[in-house]
Amino acid sequence: MNKMQNDNDIVLRVEDIHKCYGKEEILKGISFEIKKGETKVIIGPSGSGKSTLLRCINQLTIPDKGRIWLGGEEVTHHKKDINRFRQKMGMVFQDFNLFDHLTALKNVEIGLMKVKKMDKKEAREKAMEELKQVGLERQADLYPAQLSGGQKQRVSIARALAMDPKVMLFDEPTSALDPELIGEVLEAIKKLAFGGMTMVVVTHEMGFARSVANEIIFMENGKILESGIPYQFFSNPKYERTKRFLNKITELYGE
Amino acid sequence: MNEFYYFIRNILLPSLFEGTLVSIKLIILSIPLGLILGVLIAVGRVYGNKIISTLCTVYVIFFRGTPLLVQLFILYFGLPSIGIFFSPFASAVIGFVLCSGAYHSEYIRGAIQSIKTGQMMAAEALGMTRFKAILYVILPQALRRAIPGCSNEIIYLIKYSSLAFMVTCVELTGAGKIIASRYFAYTEVFLVIGIIYLLMVSVVTKLLNMLEKKLEIPGLG
Repeated sequence: MNKMQNDNDIVLRVEDIHKCYGKEEILKGISFEIKKGETKVIIGPSGSGKSTLLRCINQLTIPDKGRIWLGGEEVTHHKKDINRFRQKMGMVFQDFNLFDHLTALKNVEIGLMKVKKMDKKEAREKAMEELKQVGLERQADLYPAQLSGGQKQRVSIARALAMDPKVMLFDEPTSALDPELIGEVLEAIKKLAFGGMTMVVVTHEMGFARSVANEIIFMENGKILESGIPYQFFSNPKYERTKRFLNKITELYGE
Repeated sequence: MNEFYYFIRNILLPSLFEGTLVSIKLIILSIPLGLILGVLIAVGRVYGNKIISTLCTVYVIFFRGTPLLVQLFILYFGLPSIGIFFSPFASAVIGFVLCSGAYHSEYIRGAIQSIKTGQMMAAEALGMTRFKAILYVILPQALRRAIPGCSNEIIYLIKYSSLAFMVTCVELTGAGKIIASRYFAYTEVFLVIGIIYLLMVSVVTKLLNMLEKKLEIPGLG
């Protein structure tokens, strides 16, 4: 009984994901699972396959091998129906990828109207609500080019949240931001984490990772080298390689 | 001098009136149809599978690579030999649409390819199908960027609509030629015709500039 319940709690399961680009193997068998309300933070040097992994999860990149389940349904099995799964996996990109021709509000609305088929009025109310959640209701009618980087990223979080996703995927959400704008975005993500959202976050922000992660996953060369709860991971990493990475990243980014 | 005004006001302008109307009809039909075809061809080349994109490429090579006049001749004089007949007006419109579509498609294709791949990715991540992403995310941005190029093609179209006369569709230039040879007044007639084309081009240029302004994305550019 207990076991069953645990299984039902698993929102996302990733099993043995492989991906090659040409001869280069980017992902060499990644597996992990994430329970409802958990936040997993993936760290690792650039080129270790973190972004590719996230894109494999929502099939923006089709993995060569491996399986993915979302809430008990196999994503990799229903290739034709992938759009139904993508709706339930909110994605936030490093460089925002807001739709440049639409206002902040319409960026949030468009998925509701064109994918979820909500009517205009309902979509507008919901979109406004999401913008409020990230503190941008006053910027609703501004276009992406009129927003700061931090505001853009918060709009893109609102856009993903509006679809009521089961899991949120963050691909280095603060890496393209000026240092003084990082805080507002991390705050918005923290708020989500503490609000019970299930999330996978790729980031270099170690202080943030420490405060929100249920588990830290360290990736290198397309593999998970080690993982653990933040306290143990940061204070006592198993491998010398992890230690070196942590030292380096602390030097670069601070705590 | 009085005679000159009399000729222009009472003979030339009334007899050019019909021809001008035909020209305007040719142009007004060909512009939107050519644009629509251009969008389809461009999307086919960028997003189509191998077969579709090859077909679209071949189309563009043919219609950009051969003189419009040759295309018109094939449509009007050539096709009847295999049992396909078009009226002079229809041949002209079809020729203009096919030709301008090929040129538009190149401007639009360039614009589509200039849109960052992240836009498509974000649209698909929201659960949009390829088709919806193209329709609601890619094209609205690409078409804005294609306006200057397409405007150029539209202005060309206004002027090359005069080729319709070569397939016996009596439009502005054709009507002028008839009058000019009847009165042996080539200079006056073609000067006036030139001015009429200039007026049409100016009006359309103005409209296109207004459209570009109206569609400008705030904060960009």
